[in-house]
Amino acid sequence: MLDAKIPSGPLDQKWTQYKGHCKLVNPANKRKLEVIVVGTGLAGASAAAALGELGYKVKAFCFQDSPRRAHSIAAQGGINAAKNYQNDGDSVYRLFYDTIKGGDYRAREANVHRLAEVSANIIDQCVAQGVPFAREYGGLLSNRSFGGTQVQRTFYAAGQTGQQLLIGAYQALERQVALGNVKMYTRHEMLDIVMIDGKTRGIIARDLKNGKLERHFGHAVLLCSGGYGNVFYLSTNAMGSNVTAAWKAHKKGAYFGNPCFTQIHPTCIPVSGDHQSKLTLMSESLRNDGRIWVPKKAGDTRKPNDIPEEERDYYLERRYPAFGNLVPRDVASRAAKERCDAGYGVGSSRQAVFLDYAAAIERYGKIEAGKKGLDNASSDEIIKMGKEVVKAKYGNLFDMYEKITGENPYEVPMRIYPAVHYTMGGLWVDYELMTTVPGLYALGEANFSDHGANRLGASALMQGLADGYFVIPYTIGNYLSEEIRTNAISTDHEAFVAAEKTVQERIEKLMQIKGSQSVESFHKRLGKIMWDKCGMGRNAAGLKTAISEIQALKKEFWSDVRIPGDINEMNPELDKAGRVADFIELGELMCIDALQREESCGGHFREEHQTPDGEAERHDESYMYVANWELKADSTWQLHKEPLIYDEVKPSQRSYK
Amino acid sequence: MEHYTMNLNLKVWRQKNATAKGGFENYSVSNISSEMSFLEMFDVLNEKLIAEGKEPIAFDHDCREGICGMCSMYINGKPHGPWQATTTCQLHMRAFKDGDTIVVEPWRANAFPVVKDLAVDRGAFDRIIQAGGFVSVNTGNAVDGNALPIEKDKADAAFYAAACIGCGACVAACKNSSAMLFLSAKVSHLALLPQGGPERRSRVVNMVAQMDKEGFGSCTNTGACEATCPKEISISNIARLNQEYLAASLVSE
Ligand SMILES: Cc1cc2nc3c(=O)[nH]c(=O)nc-3n(C[C@H](O)[C@H](O)[C@H](O)COP(=O)(O)OP(=O)(O)OC[C@H]3O[C@@H](n4cnc5c(N)ncnc54)[C@H](O)[C@@H]3O)c2cc1C
Ligand code: SF4
Ligand code: FES
Repeated sequence: MLDAKIPSGPLDQKWTQYKGHCKLVNPANKRKLEVIVVGTGLAGASAAAALGELGYKVKAFCFQDSPRRAHSIAAQGGINAAKNYQNDGDSVYRLFYDTIKGGDYRAREANVHRLAEVSANIIDQCVAQGVPFAREYGGLLSNRSFGGTQVQRTFYAAGQTGQQLLIGAYQALERQVALGNVKMYTRHEMLDIVMIDGKTRGIIARDLKNGKLERHFGHAVLLCSGGYGNVFYLSTNAMGSNVTAAWKAHKKGAYFGNPCFTQIHPTCIPVSGDHQSKLTLMSESLRNDGRIWVPKKAGDTRKPNDIPEEERDYYLERRYPAFGNLVPRDVASRAAKERCDAGYGVGSSRQAVFLDYAAAIERYGKIEAGKKGLDNASSDEIIKMGKEVVKAKYGNLFDMYEKITGENPYEVPMRIYPAVHYTMGGLWVDYELMTTVPGLYALGEANFSDHGANRLGASALMQGLADGYFVIPYTIGNYLSEEIRTNAISTDHEAFVAAEKTVQERIEKLMQIKGSQSVESFHKRLGKIMWDKCGMGRNAAGLKTAISEIQALKKEFWSDVRIPGDINEMNPELDKAGRVADFIELGELMCIDALQREESCGGHFREEHQTPDGEAERHDESYMYVANWELKADSTWQLHKEPLIYDEVKPSQRSYK
Repeated sequence: MEHYTMNLNLKVWRQKNATAKGGFENYSVSNISSEMSFLEMFDVLNEKLIAEGKEPIAFDHDCREGICGMCSMYINGKPHGPWQATTTCQLHMRAFKDGDTIVVEPWRANAFPVVKDLAVDRGAFDRIIQAGGFVSVNTGNAVDGNALPIEKDKADAAFYAAACIGCGACVAACKNSSAMLFLSAKVSHLALLPQGGPERRSRVVNMVAQMDKEGFGSCTNTGACEATCPKEISISNIARLNQEYLAASLVSE
């Protein structure tokens, strides 16, 4: 039976109680305790910095050439916090409630409440580090709204919030490196967990510059390795984002929670051709001011500006008058797919909808004219002023759109389509963020914990930093306090030798295949199976086909992949091959999980389970649980359920109408 | 936007590892769509090389959105290629036309040794940050985020400096391989904010010392860095750095 170790007591007291009673490690002992942190995104960099500050001996790893380049850098829109600076009715409870509801009642109450509680501290910490958040003329912090909420609680730094937050965490990390508390390993990839007597005792890592395998001891290991959206090949994730670290942990016994819960983001630049290597997100903040529409007539090929107002269907505003263009992501994505599947899509591929700024430009222009007392401003002048306002707010996003598509979004509506963006699923963790393997923790997007079946915008950055700065520093002490008598174990220990050997053999096996098809071609094929059959809409027949297709693909991969170059040198193809091999196995599990969940919830839409008007239909009586998978043998998993108990919130059908 | 396809000749720097002697190799690619990104064109070339049983070209990249700072190609004599304010990954093939020859090299600077082919080691930048590019505030020590209002102009200016992605193009563009634009961006970011105040003097002195130690050249104000910077970091930051440095050294004497 899985024990989530949720503290007793009232929901809003649990974390305070926990902090008041968890065991501590004294400073002298901290110096003797070694912690390995895999990943330096928001979760990993903040954890490594915070643990270094506390005096633990930390080793941090990332596969990029600098910790500052982790995928968190790409986050655009913002970070939530229950500060209620806008006096618009926000509170810890409301952020908690919105997150639970947004997650379609598939997240754990206690974790989410803690997240909402520490959210305010995150903003304070980041400001103190010098993160240049957007400010108002009075010098105070500025907020904006994001999908799935009705308050303004999102803090941001233009369209590059992730970069500014990560630089804050990276600087804190580098400070600890300079102080000698953290040792940083860049261009390193963790390839296995080392277990001794049932506890995690270290990792095997590969130096990507020369292919050498290394053994590293730690009293505990933190996986902060990010999400696995690249299982779909095309996603908004960075090219290197992968599941390998989490998958190796899974193979060592860590349960994988809700693997099929994937977030498809509604506002991305559509696919332009077969050469496409990744998809680019257009921040959700654009839905604040932009209006989404398709022509009312199916197959309309007129240019957008030639389609008169009355022939446009603002389908989100029509279907969801209360939230309009600001419905949560899963709802907005499905609505776009519905229109395109029904033949109303736009652009040459017909797989796109318009995101239109004309109305916003005019509205802002009029406000500016009003401010300047220009009662008789011509419409050209109004539009000019409006464009300037839009430029100040969203300029870098508009520029990015123009660079990629060659079209000017100030003049022509943008074309957008949903794309894979985030994975709510991940390694199962308890309240302390420990996986089912003792001493092995998972933080940030790599764990399954806080977002249920759908994540609200601006909540991943919040979770990563909450886990790293404010949760793990307490919870890890509760474990390490029992380890103060464990001396550092020599990496000559047989468990290290054996783990290294397994890794070595797998690499050799990959190199020896010497087949005819490139790693990339396998990854593309896997992505297509996943997107077609385990993407925005899923059904039993499709998922079963997908499972057998993936099994066949796996066989073909292991008999026909071609990896050029050598083992003992920098070899990006070999790195990628290992990752794609893991993605293939994960893809199978995602389909199994999606098949097992006979309901629709959040981002998981089973076509068999929808209301008459096409909304997701949950089945709380049977599926109010976290689905956790234990690997038993090749392609064989056992399901362990963690029931979700709602003491505070009453699950209801989500309505954004 | 009209799309077209093109055939191209590529002259690419190949170098097996840091110590090997490198040299140019010629390649050709055909049917490249003007809608592709520059790196997608490289993907096509690499797939072709793999199919031919040859070794693909190693290059750094990750986000492919112009924000992680990982991509780093010196294209036709310009870091990140011909477009203004654009990283290599955001450069698109409509910048080129059928029949063009494109020369691609790694960043060239003593402080950035080649790792392989087009990938270089920019660890020197991390070490410059370690020397002082931070605010010494431990987790949990912070006051309320709104306790200290910051003038919007200053906050915005700090943000523009903090927009540096640490790509190193400024160094690659500079005939002296100076890292002044990168360094000045960080010093400015923190000097413009009250949070950076207490360590203002020691920061600039230590960071400059580390920069010199890493073997970057000195700044002779050619402006090549600003012209090439994908994030449009302003050269006025270098003026601020010099003021900060002067103020700090006056005090320490
Ligand atoms: C385009 C985009 C925009 C987004 N915008 C927002 C937003 O506005 N607001 C929001 O809240 N969220 C946003 N998100 C989501 C959010 O950015 C991520 O969920 C979050 O940053 C993940 O952080 P992380 O620390 O968990 O992992 P990451 O930042 O992905 O870091 C993973 C780290 O693990 C390392 N790593 C991985 N595997 C290994 C291995 N085997 N060995 C060694 N190291 C390894 C990597 O090198 C890296 O350092 C966005 C996501 C995308 C894709
Ligand atoms: S200053 Fe510009 S060119 Fe130099 S590292 Fe920063 S972003 Fe790159
Ligand atoms: S790949 Fe990230 S900036 Fe180019």
